[in-house]
Amino acid sequence: MAEFIETVVDGIATGSLYGALALALVLIFRTTGIVNFAQGEMAMFTTFLAWGLVEAGLPIGLAFLATLGLAFVIGALIERVIIRPVEGGETLTLVILTLGLFIFINSAAGWVWGFNNRAFPNLFGEGNVDIGGVSISVESVGIVAVLLALVGVLFLFFQRTKVGLAMRAVSMNPESSRLAGISVGRTLMIGWGVAALAGALAGMLIAPRLFLDVNFMGAVLIYSFAAATLGGFDSPLGAVIGGWIIGVVENLAGTYVDWIGNDLKILVPLLIILAVLMVRPTGLFGSPEVSRA
Amino acid sequence: MSALLEVEDLEAGYGAVTVLRGVSLQVGDGQVVGVLGPNGAGKTTMLRALSGVVRPRGHVRFAGDDVAGKRPEAIARLGIAQVPEGRGTFTGLTVRENLQVGALSRRDGDVAADIDRCFERFPVLGEREDQAAGSLSGGEQQMLAVARALMLRPKLLLLDEPSLGLAPKITAQLFSDLSTVARDEGTTVLLVEQNASLALKFADYAYVLEAGQIALSGTASELADDDQMRRSYLGV
Repeated sequence: MAEFIETVVDGIATGSLYGALALALVLIFRTTGIVNFAQGEMAMFTTFLAWGLVEAGLPIGLAFLATLGLAFVIGALIERVIIRPVEGGETLTLVILTLGLFIFINSAAGWVWGFNNRAFPNLFGEGNVDIGGVSISVESVGIVAVLLALVGVLFLFFQRTKVGLAMRAVSMNPESSRLAGISVGRTLMIGWGVAALAGALAGMLIAPRLFLDVNFMGAVLIYSFAAATLGGFDSPLGAVIGGWIIGVVENLAGTYVDWIGNDLKILVPLLIILAVLMVRPTGLFGSPEVSRA
Repeated sequence: MSALLEVEDLEAGYGAVTVLRGVSLQVGDGQVVGVLGPNGAGKTTMLRALSGVVRPRGHVRFAGDDVAGKRPEAIARLGIAQVPEGRGTFTGLTVRENLQVGALSRRDGDVAADIDRCFERFPVLGEREDQAAGSLSGGEQQMLAVARALMLRPKLLLLDEPSLGLAPKITAQLFSDLSTVARDEGTTVLLVEQNASLALKFADYAYVLEAGQIALSGTASELADDDQMRRSYLGV
């Protein structure tokens, strides 16, 4: 029983990280209207920046915060320089651009940092807490707390600030937003910045559980796609809950289903994506697109 | 009376299709000006060109600035608010949030007071302030669209077919509200409307747009008595 609970809790922790990256995907999907295939690589790149800062002697907490700031700036710059020129254009153009960005960032990171594995320090340190005979790592608790904090901050940002309101308005009706004097480009820029920040958070917290290398976010991105698909691609809440479900199912399947084990775990998100698209394409919390004639 | 808006040789279209072929008109400060015309005459395109959604050629002088070719958000900040056809409501936001969005580009601190005033003027909106705007009726949404545009504190209000899809009784109420608002706030209004008799009751001056060109213009009472106008548009 204890093993079962530990597996579930560990799944929730991993799922929180899928949720954070899924949140980034949802943010961009809602504002720019596309799936950003480069989201994982953006997170990988910023995680390398954090690693560089730690290597340079910065305390890990400080390196984390600095990286979040850098990630925001990088995300905003990507929108301004690469996405803005084709803003409002064909969806396919934008999607292909993000695929190009994926390859570019991946190669650039390989060029700068090489293709070796590196160990990434754990923000929360080692150690376990004992809750009712179940041993849970401090890291898992910390990860879930960070995700909840991220969700809380984003909620306040969207509900209580003018910029957040502008972002919601732009995601619903860009033309009306312009007519109200809102600069859509600047709003999208902030959206990309926030998404990159959420992705960086996911990257920095996942890296200690895997190894840091230029491809380490590849599989994570697939889990996050599954989370966003399951939760509904336009629902931030769905992204988080979807992440938890994916994380838990993945962990349970890996632990209790013999033929899946560690090697075939990647099947789990793919099967979930397939099932959701067949049974309920809008996901658990997504809203179907309605257009009036 | 000085002209707040002066349009000269305005041309606009979509891709290779030219819709407006040299439209010139003037809107005096504090005036209500109507633009009438059949479907496809270019009425909506004209408003979209004035608000910058469509890039026009020609001159659009507004309060001393040439605004032709500026971006919509820049034009809005200069004081031109457009109520787009189909109302442009942010359906997933609440009524209050819709009004806040209308005021997002403002830098003063009177937004909350303006919202209160708006709820006094349109009590129905006040009753539904926390409801999603998409759940309002057509008439209420049109009211909200006008109220949202007014939150910008515009010098010029562009209205695109406010009567579209509304029952006659509701349209009459809306136009009477619009008259009151325009008078109280001193807002200049440029109204595009297919319903000519309605528009002529509301407007001081009107232009008739046909196939992208001004075919006729005059004060509302002149046009209401014009033979050609009566035969073509007023159906009397």
